[in-house]
Amino acid sequence: MRLLTALLSGLLFGAGLAISGMTDPARVRGFLDLLGAWDPTLAFVMGGALLVNTPLYWLTRRRAAPLFEPAFSVPTRHDLDARLIGGAALFGIGWALAGYCPGPALVSLSTGSGLVLGFCLAMFAGMMLADRIGRSRS
Amino acid sequence: MDVVIDPAAWGRGLAGGVLIGLAAALLMLANGRVAGISGIAAGVLIDRVRSELPWRLAFLLGLVAGGGLVLYAIGARPTPVAGGVAMTLLAGLLVGLGTRLGHGCTSGHGVCGLARLSPRSLVATLSFMGCGFATVALLRIGGWL
Repeated sequence: MRLLTALLSGLLFGAGLAISGMTDPARVRGFLDLLGAWDPTLAFVMGGALLVNTPLYWLTRRRAAPLFEPAFSVPTRHDLDARLIGGAALFGIGWALAGYCPGPALVSLSTGSGLVLGFCLAMFAGMMLADRIGRSRS
Repeated sequence: MDVVIDPAAWGRGLAGGVLIGLAAALLMLANGRVAGISGIAAGVLIDRVRSELPWRLAFLLGLVAGGGLVLYAIGARPTPVAGGVAMTLLAGLLVGLGTRLGHGCTSGHGVCGLARLSPRSLVATLSFMGCGFATVALLRIGGWL
């Protein structure tokens, strides 16, 4: 059952990204382009998602446990550190350069675009690079 | 500042956003897990925690299939942005590096973390949004756009 619900969640998420226009990098970059012709669509997507997810999340957390797993697995940290802020900053730069964040990039693999495949491979290389940096620091 | 007035696109954005919110809420209610796509993808390809692998694979399969079906149905072709191959690869590297160091992307921090009222996700979202705005502004000032 928990595999079915994960699959259904993925289907809804992917369909939502495609319907919202967020798989079009020009539209994403249009949102970030305050000095050009600003396209506010991404704000509607984020707003719609939060309008639904925020109340449902807090209703869900009144339960002792999720439906098909023994416990909730939710981040518990509240501290702010340079890695969080700097990492998010690097992500923001990359996001703006290509107009892709991880979700829309993975969905766009379905179009067979070689450029998107290159983006995704580079993304996984970047993730592994982050782990190397993490290990050498600690 | 010029604003692109396109109510039809805003309506599709809102509708798609509602689906994304439902997807995140369902994964929390049913599986007790955060719908953070960079974390789920890294979980399959890098972390490979055995017990978490099946649901992560199922989610990613649904994500690509659901998005792919809609893109096919509406005949959408993503328009690659200016910059070509080198910039796309650099962008991918930065997105992977940044989401792994920063523990999340637009979905994990933006959609799920803000809904949880997490201060870390709020700060991360402000950071990546701010750097996104600044980067495109620099591209425009530099004459690349």
